[in-house]
Amino acid sequence: MTTFTARRKARIDELAGGRSLTSEAFRRLRRDPVAITGAVVVGLFVVVAALAPLLAPHGAAETFVELKRDLRPGTIPGPMEGFPLGSDQLGRDFLSRMLLASQQTLLVGVLATVIGLAVGVVIGTIAGAFGGWVDTLLMRLTDVLLAVPHLLLAISVAALAANPSQTTVIIAVAIVGVPIFARLLRGSMLAQRESDHVVAVTALGVRRSAVVLRHMLPNAIGPVIVQATLTLATAILDAAALSFLGLGDADPGRAEWGLMLAQAQAYLDVRPALAFFPAVAIIVVALGFTLLGESLREALDPKGSR
Amino acid sequence: MLRFVVRRLLQVIPTLLLLSLLVFWWLRSLPGGPATALLGDKATPERIAEINRGLGLDQPILTQYWLFLGRVVSGDFGTSTITGEPVLSEIARFMPATIELSVVALLIAVLLGIPLGYLAARYRGRPLDVATVIGTLVGVAVPVFFLGYLLKQYIAVDLRLLPPSGRLSTGIDATDVTGFAVLDGLLTREFDASLDALRHLVLPAVTLATIPLAVIVRITRASVLDVLGADFVRTANAKGLAPITVRSRHVLRNALLPVSTTIGLQVGLLLAGAVLTEKVFVWGGIGTMLADAITLKDYPRLQALLLMGAVIYVVVNLLVDISYAVIDPRVRLS
Repeated sequence: MTTFTARRKARIDELAGGRSLTSEAFRRLRRDPVAITGAVVVGLFVVVAALAPLLAPHGAAETFVELKRDLRPGTIPGPMEGFPLGSDQLGRDFLSRMLLASQQTLLVGVLATVIGLAVGVVIGTIAGAFGGWVDTLLMRLTDVLLAVPHLLLAISVAALAANPSQTTVIIAVAIVGVPIFARLLRGSMLAQRESDHVVAVTALGVRRSAVVLRHMLPNAIGPVIVQATLTLATAILDAAALSFLGLGDADPGRAEWGLMLAQAQAYLDVRPALAFFPAVAIIVVALGFTLLGESLREALDPKGSR
Repeated sequence: MLRFVVRRLLQVIPTLLLLSLLVFWWLRSLPGGPATALLGDKATPERIAEINRGLGLDQPILTQYWLFLGRVVSGDFGTSTITGEPVLSEIARFMPATIELSVVALLIAVLLGIPLGYLAARYRGRPLDVATVIGTLVGVAVPVFFLGYLLKQYIAVDLRLLPPSGRLSTGIDATDVTGFAVLDGLLTREFDASLDALRHLVLPAVTLATIPLAVIVRITRASVLDVLGADFVRTANAKGLAPITVRSRHVLRNALLPVSTTIGLQVGLLLAGAVLTEKVFVWGGIGTMLADAITLKDYPRLQALLLMGAVIYVVVNLLVDISYAVIDPRVRLS
């Protein structure tokens, strides 16, 4: 059975010119300098985030006498022996906080995107697979969510929580993504429904759930994955904006770039580095995800192969 | 044309109804209900019951929704828990500041974005194009509030070129007619007040304009590139039309169609960006009102602003769709 499937797949690949769309896209990505730049930035970010607890010399909430000694209104100690980036506004090691924050930033961005993606995919699949009134109802609902400007939507969700926390930030940012993913997937599912291969398997009497999950969904998910990469960038920026409005993670023991940037604004004239480091980190990472997403979109576009 | 407008109007109704349901449900999904949220630490069972009665929360849910709809239609959004003033009159007072800021920001974005996008497309692959594309990518990645603080710190505080915050300098005697500071100065012939208001507008408007600018440049560039490759442009050139005629009447005219839709979509970005920008520049508009409402948990205000933001967005996009149909007859038929 497996050999037959494998043989059949090889035959299909042969007929299709030897390359699947995925491997073709991957081949194009490897040649694209934009994609490589994006991938390197994202890769570095993920590695630093994963190794942050090992790389950071100190804890995120640890304060130091050496740093606090020179800490008074109008001065925040700069780089010194043992503290390469100096102190933050509360006498904590700035370098350690920058490193540890990468982990929290990645966590918030990825979880928010994945949750939004998951819910959006469920809604989009149901709408695209069933059509009819189910589709109409679900799409009207996503229309309403899309009608609220996205930061306003995130703010209203985050403001519902009695106390802001990392979880409320993640949920608020995730909800913003749901209608976008749902609409996108529904659109490409509808296109799949009319396509020959779906008509063929339906005519062969394949179960409806199998048609949807094994034949339509895998072919329709491409644009959604691209959107998810781009959403990672906006998710990080939205989380930063929520922090700035006082709706961010309230746990002082955790460092997160958005929150660090939001809090550093008050010390821009004293020690601009406190704002610049997290800001540049956010910009570079957001840019990395955007570059990767854009080149992914181009690589997956069949029109691009001409 | 009339049929298109009517159809589009009818499509908006279910969206607005669902939206009202969402906003209605939103306030009721507060943990512990709105009464606990409104009272905070001062909550006693008697006070909670009193507030619930006041908000009509002791009535059946359908009756509540009906009453809510009635109040919304008549413009009654309750009173702000911060000021005790009716939310609607607060909005009316804060609105001109935000409109003024958004309009100037949108003007900057459009007047700079379309030529820049056009030039980038015309000189595709050249340094100008590359710089523009990089600029648009970075522009979207910079947190709005960080950019605001940078401009404020270095241009206003350090270099003293422009005022750092507020809408008017203290000591300027301005008569309030419409609430739009620049316009008021012109109407009352207090030109120094107008000039002062304009100087205050520059930094916040530039901050607010960045993201819409980046988006408009990108869309214009892509759209012009599309049209430049079209057959009718080749034909026009082959006919021997003057290059300026081809560029303005053939290329730009057709390329601006998708751009007009994008401009409509920017209104949502402006509303959201205003929250951040106004907080940085202590602007005192709707955004400030919203930011205060978040910090002080003023739910009637939040509810009204949420609903208003969405309604403005829906209406603007409806208008864009209709104007699109006016410009492009093909839209009416589909």
